[in-house]
Amino acid sequence: MRIHIKGGRLIDPANQIDGRHDLYLADGQVAAIDTAPDGFSADQVIDATDRIVIPGLVDLNARLREPGQEHKSTIASETRAAAAGGITTLCVQPDTDPIIDTPAVAELIHHRARQAGYARVVTLGALTVQLQGEHLSEMEELMREGGCIAVSNALQPLNNTLVYRRALEYAANFNLTVFIYANDPWLSNTGCAHEGAISTRLGLPGIPESAETVAVARDLMLIEQTGVRAHFMHLSCTQSIQKIARARHDNLPVSTDVAAHQLYLTEMDIGDFNSACHVIPPLRTRRDLDGLRAGLGKGTINAISSAHQPHDPDAKLAPFCETEPGISALETLLPLTLRLAEENVMSLSDAIARITHEPATILGIDGGRLGVGDRADVCIFDPDERWTVDYNTLASAGKNTPFLGWEMQGRVNQTLLAGESVYQVNL
Amino acid sequence: MKRQDIQCDSQGQLRHFLTIEGHKRETLTQILDTAENFVTVGNQPVKKVPLLRGKTIVNLFFESSTRTRTTFELAAKRLSADVLNVNISTSSTSKGESLLDMLHNLEAMHCDMFVVRHEQSGAAHFIAQHVVPHISIINAGDGRHAHPTQAMLDVFTIRKHKPDFTALRVAIVGDLMHSRVARSQIHALNTLGVPEIRAIGPCTLIPPYLEQMGVHVYHDVREGLKDVDVVIMLRLQRERMDGALLPSELEYFQTYGLTQEKLALAKPDAIVMHPGPINRGVEIESSVADGPQSVILEQVSNGIAVRMAVMSVVLGRKPSGEEGEA
Repeated sequence: MRIHIKGGRLIDPANQIDGRHDLYLADGQVAAIDTAPDGFSADQVIDATDRIVIPGLVDLNARLREPGQEHKSTIASETRAAAAGGITTLCVQPDTDPIIDTPAVAELIHHRARQAGYARVVTLGALTVQLQGEHLSEMEELMREGGCIAVSNALQPLNNTLVYRRALEYAANFNLTVFIYANDPWLSNTGCAHEGAISTRLGLPGIPESAETVAVARDLMLIEQTGVRAHFMHLSCTQSIQKIARARHDNLPVSTDVAAHQLYLTEMDIGDFNSACHVIPPLRTRRDLDGLRAGLGKGTINAISSAHQPHDPDAKLAPFCETEPGISALETLLPLTLRLAEENVMSLSDAIARITHEPATILGIDGGRLGVGDRADVCIFDPDERWTVDYNTLASAGKNTPFLGWEMQGRVNQTLLAGESVYQVNL
Repeated sequence: MKRQDIQCDSQGQLRHFLTIEGHKRETLTQILDTAENFVTVGNQPVKKVPLLRGKTIVNLFFESSTRTRTTFELAAKRLSADVLNVNISTSSTSKGESLLDMLHNLEAMHCDMFVVRHEQSGAAHFIAQHVVPHISIINAGDGRHAHPTQAMLDVFTIRKHKPDFTALRVAIVGDLMHSRVARSQIHALNTLGVPEIRAIGPCTLIPPYLEQMGVHVYHDVREGLKDVDVVIMLRLQRERMDGALLPSELEYFQTYGLTQEKLALAKPDAIVMHPGPINRGVEIESSVADGPQSVILEQVSNGIAVRMAVMSVVLGRKPSGEEGEA
């Protein structure tokens, strides 16, 4: 399939391109920019006039619920939703059921994703067996046989610091990046909302800022000691970002991402126990929101993730703390990121880098860039189209988003995965 | 804004009673005034008024309670309503039937009001949001969030002794962190115009940013009790000793427990209150609990009148168009 994407504004932050350029795709790769290669005859011409053409999005953190919770969603349903959101690579956590602590589970997920064909799915292997924080998993085999690109203990704590230290050392030994959810389980305890004015007023058990910052501080010391490359997932506190900034200044090999909803919502949005806003880590304060945005602007935060967690409706139908945390977020990742440029948090090109080139670099994979010879994962969107997040039109099986009813600007017109169209809006 | 919407119907009449927060002073005063009329009902030979005849009220208790459930039951019966008591241990709901399924089953039995107690904050709001429109919800305590009828009976008791709320200094002492009663009291006292509310307790039992609810926080009980008109002691639950919140009951009693000596710091005519059940020798000395300044038993008897008032105001509202003839 040879495709000519014509007349669009190409933004490819990795190559510092932002301008009107034609793109020629062949054999799943970018064949040329601006001028067609010799003998190129397009099977299809995509008119991208007034559209923006960017690399397909790379999402660092999504749960697809398969295997184990197919009543919530499946790899097929969520990769299709990803395509509708312009996302071409999804990185999934090892906390599936069964857990990704053997190559077979990783292979199953990769296989199902290839079968579905909507997006590339990459997996994190479990850092410890059954994520229990006691025995190291067979990381080398997970990587070599299972194709896992990094390791993580997902949301499960590693209470034993000795095991933690050994796990980091062992991962470093195989040059594996460790994805970390910074959380001190003793401090977060049974909390379900940010410990602050709102949790006090509503009588909700709180998760203090220190649950994250204490863990970040501890983890940074261990990272320094072990020399492992680490990525902090969906940080929520300004204070964490300040600690990370210092560590980066000291040349520690750490990267970070923030979940898109943390850049728009605060504890205030819980209102009268709105369970759509029940998320882990919790929505924090306005000050944290501003701090996260500033961290993105300065580059302390490298990437924006969806932290996608689709749920069946029942999961959110209970008193606040009894509901399952998480937001269905694949289809709002792009417009929420674009809005940061609109609100002058950073340039459009920098914003796009945070969901393409930067996360691809963190994962150490190709993708997220559109130079000649790169994978032809492409997202074409209309930057002016406004649309309302609607229960009935979300492609994800999970409709659990606090953004229902929000007006978004910027809508995906077409998504290409390795040069094949995997999503096209009905015109 | 949304908070008021859910508690009131389109004509601004009280439809649910979930929290004190968001209600106007007039609404609270209306309930208190109505309660005055019901106080004497208990003294009559026939302890009944026919206001809610033909109405069915379900006491839906997901958390065990004897006192609160009993006073709600008595209140409903004295209003001539039919009462059904449903006690559900939360373990049974978590095992199988969801809260919503159970709710819809009860709805199908054509009831008019659910009085709900649940261990989770926000449970009453959740039920109010999902129940069919003709059923009213009264919150009889949800987690740490709210216990609005308890707060109403407390302010009712205060008004009996100190009629002018705008001249009062009120101290709430103890475990405010876990107390739904304290949260509702704070909202009620603020709404009724009490100029100074003091929250007194150790740091481990005072939730963060409590000041934003309109109180002054004191950690020194002696300083906090100085010249107050009302002392409200909160119940200290024994399980708080397990969570590293306090070292021991004895130390708590010695530091924050209300004794004659500490009470002497308050105004001479100060009243002492407690939502019960009392832990004698933990948060309060027996001689104070049973002493002349204590109005603790009065609170209990006022509880029936105030709950009658809340029920009659909620169920006695004129039907509004949106809800049909129910």
